[in-house]
Amino acid sequence: MTHKTIKVGGLSRVEGEGSLLIRVHDGRIADLQLRIYEPPRFFEALLRGRSFTEPPDITARICGICPVAYQMSACQALESIGGARVDGPLRDLRLLLYYGEWIESHALHIYLLHAPDFLGYDSGIAMAADRRDLVERGLALKKAGNELVAAIGGRAIHPVNVRVGGFYRAPSRRELAPVAERLEHARDAALATAAWVAGFDFPDVEHDYRFLALTHPGEYAILSGDVAVRDGAGVPTGFPVDEWPAHVVEEQVPHSTALHARLDGSPGYLTGPLARYALNSARLSPLARQAAAEAGLGPVCRNPFRSIVVRAVEIVHACDEALRLIARYTEPEAPAVPAEPRAGTGHGASEAPRGTLYHRYRTGPGGSIAEAVIVPPTAQNQARIEADLRALAEPRLDLPAAELAALCERAVRNHDPCISCAAHFLDLRIDRTDAPGGRDGG
Amino acid sequence: MAGRTVVIGIGNDCRGDDAAGLEAVRLLAAAVPAHVTVALSRGDPAGLVETWTGAGLAVVVDAAASGAPPGTVHRYRETPAEPGPGLPARSPPTGTHSAGLAEAVGLGRVLGRLPRELVVYGIEGADFAVGAAMTPVVARATQRVAALVAGRITSRSPLSLDDPLPPV
Repeated sequence: MTHKTIKVGGLSRVEGEGSLLIRVHDGRIADLQLRIYEPPRFFEALLRGRSFTEPPDITARICGICPVAYQMSACQALESIGGARVDGPLRDLRLLLYYGEWIESHALHIYLLHAPDFLGYDSGIAMAADRRDLVERGLALKKAGNELVAAIGGRAIHPVNVRVGGFYRAPSRRELAPVAERLEHARDAALATAAWVAGFDFPDVEHDYRFLALTHPGEYAILSGDVAVRDGAGVPTGFPVDEWPAHVVEEQVPHSTALHARLDGSPGYLTGPLARYALNSARLSPLARQAAAEAGLGPVCRNPFRSIVVRAVEIVHACDEALRLIARYTEPEAPAVPAEPRAGTGHGASEAPRGTLYHRYRTGPGGSIAEAVIVPPTAQNQARIEADLRALAEPRLDLPAAELAALCERAVRNHDPCISCAAHFLDLRIDRTDAPGGRDGG
Repeated sequence: MAGRTVVIGIGNDCRGDDAAGLEAVRLLAAAVPAHVTVALSRGDPAGLVETWTGAGLAVVVDAAASGAPPGTVHRYRETPAEPGPGLPARSPPTGTHSAGLAEAVGLGRVLGRLPRELVVYGIEGADFAVGAAMTPVVARATQRVAALVAGRITSRSPLSLDDPLPPV
């Protein structure tokens, strides 16, 4: 029996850190483990004993790419305990802040991480050397998102203007005017982006995903809503966010510090752009719906490589909706509504760029936190990403190792797992154990 | 040096010595003149390029994990005409944001968006665990880098890669 360990490269353009191990035995995948490091467990412990006012600031530090998502899920969970109802212009400001984050995150993913895969470049830098115009367009898009976040959240390493009940300070209409001007250009760039990525050559891969995303009667859910689940071609089912613990259970797996989530007893569901689109595409803005149709997206997209198109459509939606909200914005009477320090349990969920992000807090008398639970999208998607990789790799084990590794890297990047943003690599290792005379594909 | 001056700290406050770059820039922020742009970053290459585009001098302070003794200060210079010796393209597992910075330098170069002079200080860390405190020897090096950069910028003196680190 021969055994070979092959170091075949790194998933250097994945935000976060981790590794992928594939064990091949007699031509079949015996084991496939996506090992990721996930910091929320540390933060859950850190939050215990803190005041109910602190999680928005503390949990914003979990992820450098999506701090707003952490803030919004935390705020909503704590506001449900404290009896604070955030609506009207304050809710609009939260939506605007969140759209800014979507624009930033999706533009970064499309232009510097994902598009180079389709155009044959090994990095965003290599693509920029040849197609400066395209990368500059991506950077301008990202900057528009950045300015929207900064106008509402403040200019700092993460938004510092967010608090339970609303904001410390609400921006004036005048402050939002230059942001709107840039968003007009960004919306054009987003439309051009959608048309551009729609023309890519996509691997012919579809998975029978079980989708999970928030859904909201009045909008393409991002900030709040009920949880919706769509299994195959079936009719979507759902449950309110406060029933999350009865449906989603996290379990430890030996190979990763991230917990794997099970939905109603089954592992391997998918959250993120494909799930949002499958469950909510009818609620995209008219312009985004048109962009989706022109990009050839049907009502449901099951090809993970085409998630780049869904992200582009979501940028169109985010720019379009942000402009609509800025146009109707009136400064609120107060930048926040009061939230009482009470004992209770609160649930909050929102749609981070990478998928549904759930927070639960249990507070004691006086509002101090007795327990915090954070379920990030990457933990929910991890088992499904492993299933994607298995389905993709198994029929292709005869490919040269480097080619197989490149394809696996691309498959992971489809979902852009976001773990800690503290490092930027994912090492990939394939162990082959072949019977004598078997193929050694190293 | 003509043109705007920017000072950028890169890191993650929640990961022990990875906070070194952020901490150094917080320490020097109050000491530098008001016209100097001071920014903190988690290492996003696009954001770094945006921040230093058009600058005459950009000083970046980041944590490093090269295997050198903790507290070692690595220095690196890059200009549009003269590429530096190259930053590590990928971080080791305990990683800091050097990959983000390396990509930012690469991106800035191909887009013609490097500052006229980029000076990087990499402070070698020892412990990058989530929730760890900064190692004392790394914290001291951080203070020395902050004092050096603040002093040179305030006195409008050029930054040399051979500048002795002031005692703290």
